Amino acid sequence: MAELLFWPALLLYGEAAVGYLGDARRPGAAGRAATWGVRLGWLAQTALLVVQAARSDGFPWETWAGSLNLFVWLIVSGYLIWGCRRPYRLLGLVVMPLAVVLLLVARAGGGTGVGGESRYSSLFLLLHVGLVLAAFAGFTLAAALSGLYLWQERRLKLRAVTILRRPVPALATLDALALRTVAWSLPALTLGLGVGLVRLVLDRDRIDALVIATGVTWLVWAAYLWLRWSSGWRGRRAAYLALVGFALVIVVRLALPATHFA
Amino acid sequence: MRLVLVGTSHHRAPIELRERVALEREQAQGLAAQLAEGGREAVCLATCNRTELYLAAADAEAAELDAVAVLAELEPEVERALYRLRDHAAALHLFRVAAGLDSLVPGEGEILGQVRTAHELGTTSTLLDRVFRQAVHTGRKVRAQTAIGESPASISGAAAALAEQVFGDLAGCSILLVGAGKISEQSARSLRSRGARISFVANRSSDRAEALAQRLGAAALPLERIEDGLAEADVVVASTSSQGFVLDAAAVARSLRQRRGRQLLLIDLAVPRDLDPEIHDLDGCYLYDIDDLEAIVAETLSGRRREAERAEALVAAQAEKFHEWHASLEVVPAIASLRARAEEIREAELRKAEGLLGRLDEGQRRAVEAVTAQIVNKLLHLPTVRMKQAAAAADGVLYAEAVRHLFGLGEDER
Repeated sequence: MAELLFWPALLLYGEAAVGYLGDARRPGAAGRAATWGVRLGWLAQTALLVVQAARSDGFPWETWAGSLNLFVWLIVSGYLIWGCRRPYRLLGLVVMPLAVVLLLVARAGGGTGVGGESRYSSLFLLLHVGLVLAAFAGFTLAAALSGLYLWQERRLKLRAVTILRRPVPALATLDALALRTVAWSLPALTLGLGVGLVRLVLDRDRIDALVIATGVTWLVWAAYLWLRWSSGWRGRRAAYLALVGFALVIVVRLALPATHFA
Repeated sequence: MRLVLVGTSHHRAPIELRERVALEREQAQGLAAQLAEGGREAVCLATCNRTELYLAAADAEAAELDAVAVLAELEPEVERALYRLRDHAAALHLFRVAAGLDSLVPGEGEILGQVRTAHELGTTSTLLDRVFRQAVHTGRKVRAQTAIGESPASISGAAAALAEQVFGDLAGCSILLVGAGKISEQSARSLRSRGARISFVANRSSDRAEALAQRLGAAALPLERIEDGLAEADVVVASTSSQGFVLDAAAVARSLRQRRGRQLLLIDLAVPRDLDPEIHDLDGCYLYDIDDLEAIVAETLSGRRREAERAEALVAAQAEKFHEWHASLEVVPAIASLRARAEEIREAELRKAEGLLGRLDEGQRRAVEAVTAQIVNKLLHLPTVRMKQAAAAADGVLYAEAVRHLFGLGEDER
């Protein structure tokens, strides 16, 4: 059953990625098809997660690969909130290929099948894993928005004659949306990390490299908010900082799993 | 009924001629009513670029002559600049007009509303109602399915569109005008129409600054105090006749500290330029001069022309649909007579069999009625479809005559 749902989700996300590429070359039907690919793919992946949850004895995304599957779903869910609007289609060009690659990696690691028993309580995992992943998905989207900001800002600086040809959200909108996304994501990360630290202290476990890297990630995103609110950081500087924060998210999500999930 | 179009536009007539046949709303309405006398339909489409009369009449020749006479009465010279189209060609022309494909600037949106208004003011019935409704539908469809009307076609429109690229919704955006001439005022009105607020007018002559500021609900500033307005403004539009820069990069850099990272768009419409080009290098500042804006407009116009090719295909498909419907009108009376005749025979045969049917209960009688009606419908379905197809291929009249002859339709009346 899980297999039957994984393939449609992957294919539809893939169709969306290709559709967005077509839309970038010639805006129109390809973009609309891509949007439907995202919607239907998201439905298929939601069904996959429901099947995993129903068949699993406890929290089904405890493993690194399983959490990657959930991470992809959270990114696409966040993107769906405003990503289906026409000006945001370019963003799909970044988000959907990323979703396809991560979903494939999740499958290779066995994260799209039905899992076994969990070492920890479901409530702890739901709060810790769920909140940290939701925050990381938010940071990913904020970074994508910042990337789009930098691209559009560069076009304005270069005085590109095609500047009005493609509908792209205004710089101020992208800037404000990135800020709002981070403002929602950082409390989620704080809470998720707090729950994990409490468990760490209670179990007298050691702090590993992933915990440290996640702490650094938290510091960078906290600095992003602080600099924006207290020092009036906006635009290009804030966008570059968001990209630095996203690089850390990638490191934490992909490069350091062995130390934490083993 | 035939569709007749007589008119002139910017393609055929210079402005001096067009203005002599230009019509006010009431005049257009009156003219349509006058031409519609004698059972015709008439619509007068009058804009600054065209004056066109659309008529639906049984006698196309006479209708065309009347329309030409009416326009020649307004200005005899216009006769040599008139185009005269009929039926499919007239409908295709109207659909192209509604889609903005016949406009001076391809894809301009105002014409669609003007076509709708002309329809409302006209004296219409079946044919003109249909063709004008379909024209409006075509205009909407073209704008929804192509990007023909999306980008600006003027310098002031491009400036406003750039401001939207930076700030999004312009509602609440603060504008600083540098210069109080005509160009400043035009740009201000374009930005105001999109919700922006004109906050300051800075000018060398304080009288002119005061006068324009009053008209726009803004505050006047002497040119020396321009920096005062910079801290608050989101967009600066400069168009003075000054020989040197009225705003240099150092002044803008000073104001950036108070702006706390807010973007600043500067539009320099003056020649020689009013704004120091180095302002563009400052973080969060985007400076566009008249050449930049002209290049953007040229690109958007070429984009509109590319989209126009797609729009032409949509318009042609709609014109074909109209042609099929119009042609089917020729065979509709024959089809109606045929169906009436068949129904008459069916009812007569049922009456003859009344003796046998009398023994049936209500349900059985209804079943017999339904079966006989179905037989008639099935028999007539294919001839009906074929007659409509033949009408679209211009053989409709022949087929209609053949059907009348074969089934003896209309002979009783004779």
